[in-house]
Amino acid sequence: MNTATINRIAVWFYIGLFFLYLFGPLAIMGITAFNSSSYPQVYPFEGFTLKWFDGLLNDADIVYGLRNSLWIGFLVVLVSVPVGLAAAILMTQVYARARSFYYLIVVSPVLTPGVIIGISTVIFWREMTGATGTRFLYDGTLMTVVAQSSFISAYTMLIFLARLQRFDRAQEEAALDLGASHPQVFLHILLPFMRPAILSAAALAFLSSFENYNTTTFSILADKTLTTVLAGRLRQGTTPAISALAVLIIAVTFLGAVAFELVKRREEAAKAARLRQAQREEDRSLAPAGMKS
Amino acid sequence: MHSSAGHSLILALPLLVTAGFILFSLLERRRLGALAPVSFWRRNGIAISTYLVVAVGLWTVIMIVLPQLYMIDLSLRPKLPPNQVGGPKDVYTLENYRYFLYGSTTSTAAWNTTHIKAFFLTIGASVLVTLLNFVLCYPLAFYMAQVTTRARVRIFMLLLITPYWVNEVLRAFAFRVLLGSQGVINTILLKLGLIDQPIDFLGLDVGLYAGLAYAYLLMMMFSLYNAIESLDRNQVEAARDLGAPWWYIHWSVVMPHAKPGIASGATLVFMLNAGALAAPLVLGGPRTLWFTPIVYDRFYQAFNWQQGAAYAFILLLACIVFVLLVLRLFRVGLGEIAR
Repeated sequence: MNTATINRIAVWFYIGLFFLYLFGPLAIMGITAFNSSSYPQVYPFEGFTLKWFDGLLNDADIVYGLRNSLWIGFLVVLVSVPVGLAAAILMTQVYARARSFYYLIVVSPVLTPGVIIGISTVIFWREMTGATGTRFLYDGTLMTVVAQSSFISAYTMLIFLARLQRFDRAQEEAALDLGASHPQVFLHILLPFMRPAILSAAALAFLSSFENYNTTTFSILADKTLTTVLAGRLRQGTTPAISALAVLIIAVTFLGAVAFELVKRREEAAKAARLRQAQREEDRSLAPAGMKS
Repeated sequence: MHSSAGHSLILALPLLVTAGFILFSLLERRRLGALAPVSFWRRNGIAISTYLVVAVGLWTVIMIVLPQLYMIDLSLRPKLPPNQVGGPKDVYTLENYRYFLYGSTTSTAAWNTTHIKAFFLTIGASVLVTLLNFVLCYPLAFYMAQVTTRARVRIFMLLLITPYWVNEVLRAFAFRVLLGSQGVINTILLKLGLIDQPIDFLGLDVGLYAGLAYAYLLMMMFSLYNAIESLDRNQVEAARDLGAPWWYIHWSVVMPHAKPGIASGATLVFMLNAGALAAPLVLGGPRTLWFTPIVYDRFYQAFNWQQGAAYAFILLLACIVFVLLVLRLFRVGLGEIAR
């Protein structure tokens, strides 16, 4: 056996181990959801059952938590996509001497532990709503949307910044020269260009919100989301019902990720088709007159 | 100083800073005269400009800066019954920080060893987990970025992204199923006759460290991959042709190029570990003290928000120090690591 073969075997062995480490624990947890034994275990496999899933749907807390998580995720998308977009656009225009300071501020939520974002948000709003007599705003769901958006907007901003770097400002100037107004340029040139990034940012924002625990556990106050219900159950004990819930959550996120990937691919294919079409049109109009059919 | 002054100062601060920058830019425009670029309002139009300023203003001031300042402010206040807040006793104090170091005034111990130990354990373990994650991820990141084909990278990426979206409570739970006293590994070991008593992995904190090492692995992976991917494959090729041994290629070609990625992966993974709450709650043994659950208990068990704020700020300071150290060590700028 030569060194190249040994090398290749070693590489694949390592990759195999890596993915085993990555998926093994999740797969085992998944299997325990279908075992009828009352402690989550794989072996002995006492019998296939769906009863753990059945219990979930009748569990009022979990159903409520799920609904609240989806609602919060939706609101977070509504906040963090426009905010992230504005922050990214402003980055390209901000006063040059203030740029590094501005960057420091808008990127700091990415580097701050989630618990601290949750803590500082509830502290601020407790004092603020107390001082201005708007206590009704100090509400778990609302606080969670605010706290999560504060760092998720930074994620979306980074996505938009990456996309903006490839934006050709000449397009904007051309449109202005041709008589378009500023809002028109924004709506018809910049936004369509940002469209794929907006989709990615929305998906990322929703998933980040849905799976978040560290920030939420502080900001949710007396309310509940799916992850906080889950963590509460875990503190009470280990049952296969939690495995079943895990399987459901993973299935939902997996479907979401796959759906997103499919949409992205279709967009790419459509774009490629448009490019080919444009190329054909161009070839035809540039061809000598006699060759036109 | 009486603490009622604090809030007005904090509220005025962002306004002053913004006003300062606006003033500077106006002065500069005046100096440039006709050479000045198109103004912000003319360039974007009134409607879009308003949207940009309002959205970013609300976000940075109300959602990022003010909460942090209010947290620091609260950490410097004494815990008082509600009717005395704002009264003569509400003066700034370092009492909450003193508590972290020396414990309650009634305790006889010289130092607040439980909390201090938990703090340094958290920091130390987070550094070790960060290093471990780097060692685990680097080979695969390099393989994906430099060796294999594009089609295969796409498959690998899909495989990596799916578990990335599983939330950390569930990741921790998966390790409890694996390592609990009735867990999979103990069952197997017992059946094989290798042990006759289940090993208490969770009590020994094996579960905690394994769970933490697992939880944020992919952050490191994506950071490293993005950095190594931008290295021209020819450079590695050239180094090899010139006879450099493989370890030297990594040490002096790949790693220097990937420095920003290594730095960003390290800061992210460290920060996530130091701030991890789910893994210590789910996997920590009864005597494990991770710092974040202590912070949590200050708030929702002891209901001492002032002290909780002080503890949170200590944790934040540790993270800031770590980021600064990494930036210094790798000689990279903040702009390069946060991408």
